[in-house]
Amino acid sequence: MAELGAGAGPGHGKKGPVRAKKQSTRVDMTPMVDLAFLLLTFFVLTSTFSKPKTMEITFPVPPPIDAPKPKMNVNGHTFLLTKDNRVFWYSGEFKDVPKNGLPATKLEEVKFGEDLNKLLLDKNDLIEKIVLDLKKKRLSKEIDDTTYKKLAVEAKGDPKAPFFVIKADDKAVYRNLIDLIDEFNICNIGKYAVTDIMLSEINLLNQSAK
Amino acid sequence: MPKIKMPRSNPQLDMTPMVDLAFLLVTFFILTASFRNPEPVQVLTPSSTSEKMMPENSVLITISPDGKVFYTITGFEVRKKTLERMADKYKIKFTSKEIEEFGKMTSFGVSMQNLSKFINTEPGQREKFPSTGIPIDSLNNQLSDWIRFGGYEGVIQFKELKDAAVAAGRQVQTEPLRFAIKADGNSNYIIVKEVIKTFTDLKIYKFNLLTNFEKGPSE
Repeated sequence: MAELGAGAGPGHGKKGPVRAKKQSTRVDMTPMVDLAFLLLTFFVLTSTFSKPKTMEITFPVPPPIDAPKPKMNVNGHTFLLTKDNRVFWYSGEFKDVPKNGLPATKLEEVKFGEDLNKLLLDKNDLIEKIVLDLKKKRLSKEIDDTTYKKLAVEAKGDPKAPFFVIKADDKAVYRNLIDLIDEFNICNIGKYAVTDIMLSEINLLNQSAK
Repeated sequence: MPKIKMPRSNPQLDMTPMVDLAFLLVTFFILTASFRNPEPVQVLTPSSTSEKMMPENSVLITISPDGKVFYTITGFEVRKKTLERMADKYKIKFTSKEIEEFGKMTSFGVSMQNLSKFINTEPGQREKFPSTGIPIDSLNNQLSDWIRFGGYEGVIQFKELKDAAVAAGRQVQTEPLRFAIKADGNSNYIIVKEVIKTFTDLKIYKFNLLTNFEKGPSE
């Protein structure tokens, strides 16, 4: 009968009580580390720290029905959005036919991006200069942030500031509206509104957008 | 010349600090990550340079690319109370279990008539439910009622929380209810206009349009 213990097998030449083999106390941590880093990578890549941002917009309160219609003057510009991300614009009042010696309204196209930016800066020249001046003053610590904000809002609401109207036909997509409003914000335009498009404008738009 | 003996170093390095750090980071990310609420539709909002944060308390209208309208409102209790009011108005009975389930739900886009069917669908299956959007046409503008009742309940809730905070001498931490529209960049403008008209008809003129942040030209 084989004895457990001393000299159980061939090749074990030692005699005397067998000691338990000393095991290393080190555990192989590699798989655990692998897993930890895998999880780490997953969470780093999937987590989003920022909540979605928003654009705050105030729509005009509709005037009472018997109120006179506000007149568009030269300082007012209308932007018409239509299909295929196209934008058209005109200045002043809309005229189907030549009136008071002025020619009928013609739409001009403008491309999103630099062209639009240039056009808006050109139209908003007056206010843009004031706001830039205010920004410089803020940078040189001449005025603090609160004063800057107050003055900037005041400048944007200046009675002489041009105002912009956004209208879209039924083929326009929502993104264009946001892009246009965003461009207004970038160009420091404070006076703008989104309103319904008129039938005559749709007709002209369809002709121009061909 | 005698040979220089290099000290033999152990090739096994101690990984414990690294593991500690890795797990610390894992814990941090697990705890800070907030999982997105499952939504019935995927919506890609257009980007803008606006840096305003999304309001915490809001009536949120989601518009999918194909023009379906979805609704949700922040707050478990507010949702339940809003549903009770809607049930009352549309004379549709909901069991208390259904109302409870509705409180846990997020966005939904079905008419009042189909709502109980939608509530009774397993949460995992709701994505496949044929959501037709909440009716917004002028004859049957259910969205208008949802906004009205939700806004009403939201204001009550805000007032209660504020009063409780003031009574306990704490700072008011809740925000007043806001209205937000989250529309897909590719959704037709007409639908957005209809939703905006629904808001303005309810004399709500100020609301938030949700966008993605995109860096603007440097100042």
